[in-house]
Amino acid sequence: MKKETPIIEVKNVSMRFNLATEKTDTIKEYFVKLLKRQLMFNEFYALKDVSLTVNRGEAVALIGANGSGKSTLLKCIAGVLYPTTGTIEVRGSIAPLIELGAGFDPDLTARENIYLNGAVLGHERKFMDEHFQSIVDFAELWEFIDVPVKNFSSGMVARLGFSIATEVSADILVVDEILSVGDFRFQQKCKERMANMMKGGTTLLFVSHSEEQVKELCQKAVWLEHGVLQFSGSVDAAFEQYREHADL
Amino acid sequence: MKQAWQHFLQYKPLLKELVRRDLKVKYRRSFLGYVWSLLNPLLMMCVMTLVFSYMFRFDIPNYPLYLITGQTLWTFFNESTNMSMYSVLQNGALIKKVYIPKFIFPISRVLSSFVTMSFSLAAIVIVMIFTKATLYWTILLFPVPLFFLLLFAMGIGMVLSALSVYFRDITHLYGVLTLAWMYMTPIFYPVSSLPAEVLPIIQGNPMYSYITFFRDIVLYGTVPEPIMWLQCAAVSILALALGLAVFRKMQRNFILYI
Repeated sequence: MKKETPIIEVKNVSMRFNLATEKTDTIKEYFVKLLKRQLMFNEFYALKDVSLTVNRGEAVALIGANGSGKSTLLKCIAGVLYPTTGTIEVRGSIAPLIELGAGFDPDLTARENIYLNGAVLGHERKFMDEHFQSIVDFAELWEFIDVPVKNFSSGMVARLGFSIATEVSADILVVDEILSVGDFRFQQKCKERMANMMKGGTTLLFVSHSEEQVKELCQKAVWLEHGVLQFSGSVDAAFEQYREHADL
Repeated sequence: MKQAWQHFLQYKPLLKELVRRDLKVKYRRSFLGYVWSLLNPLLMMCVMTLVFSYMFRFDIPNYPLYLITGQTLWTFFNESTNMSMYSVLQNGALIKKVYIPKFIFPISRVLSSFVTMSFSLAAIVIVMIFTKATLYWTILLFPVPLFFLLLFAMGIGMVLSALSVYFRDITHLYGVLTLAWMYMTPIFYPVSSLPAEVLPIIQGNPMYSYITFFRDIVLYGTVPEPIMWLQCAAVSILALALGLAVFRKMQRNFILYI
């Protein structure tokens, strides 16, 4: 086979947030700030000129301190945020595991939410019918299937969210610090399922603060600091550099 | 344009699911459920008929029917635009998590109100039977004004939902605005009771056109003039185009403001 095209290509991406305008909630404030020319103040770059390529089937971890832009980068790749400059090209379907269960409607039951969430990921009702049972089985929520999600514990919500998002094997799995929820046994189950998907050729993007988890799942790591890409390479080398930096 | 349409088709299951959710949540835990869509307009009509027949006395033949036709259309417009106004804000959690074409939110809200209104049409039939109203063949045209109104509501709903993300004031202002708008629409009073100088303003009101169109075919058995068709269609398409344009331009940065 020829040299394959990378599944994710991030080119010179910068993401600018405008701290001042974020607080402009009223028309009056807006015009006051417009007059004072404060609207463009307080620019904050969450990502600065980040370039990155991920090949099909790779498992890449994003590491770095809080606020270093990991989640922002994931959201840009997932298509949730539009980068201020630069381009991102993704060649494949994405299963986003960012804030599990964020798309649930608290008033609906688990059953109804499975269909709703499936539709969010672009699945037809009929398709969800076929996968319904295995989603419930994996989440182990049989007796709670007709309970409104607002009465669920956060662990149960996370279980359901993970189960739906990973039921259908996507090309890219985007995981943002979600393995910290749920009990130990379920964490194991999640990791197993992710490992299985990766065996099937799924690409993994993984954010975690747990070095152990990262080393277990990923071969490559990318270290971000204040929105700047510091290092990209093997997991061990990345953690070494990251730790050295943190010790300073 | 073609690409946008294909994109839309791809998310049709989600649209269906969202409409279904809205309908489910609306009547959850009420004993009568969907019957309320029927009962509500009937009860409202009873109250207003009592008030306006005894206190103000308008000279309108079959006043209950006159009232409920106007009121049904107005309630749909009011409810759908109000609901779509909050649609993007309320689905913030979802927007932050997954990529979804965002216009699906205002559209789904308008569609779910439209379904509710279709139930309410039964209330109109009930009133027609009770008041022994004459049945004209023109009533078969009823989907036409409703369709125009649907497009109009979608357009306005999209504008409101986009603006409300950036300026929450809109949500407070819109209540007053719809109140004024309602009084400017002949829902419970006849157009003939208006002074001549106000008339052009009222007649320029799109809601007036839709409601008059609807009443013409249901109450009076006349087919509106071609100019009326044209006016209704033009306003609807214009509103929809405006809604799409505004929404498209503003949606990119929604996530930063939710």
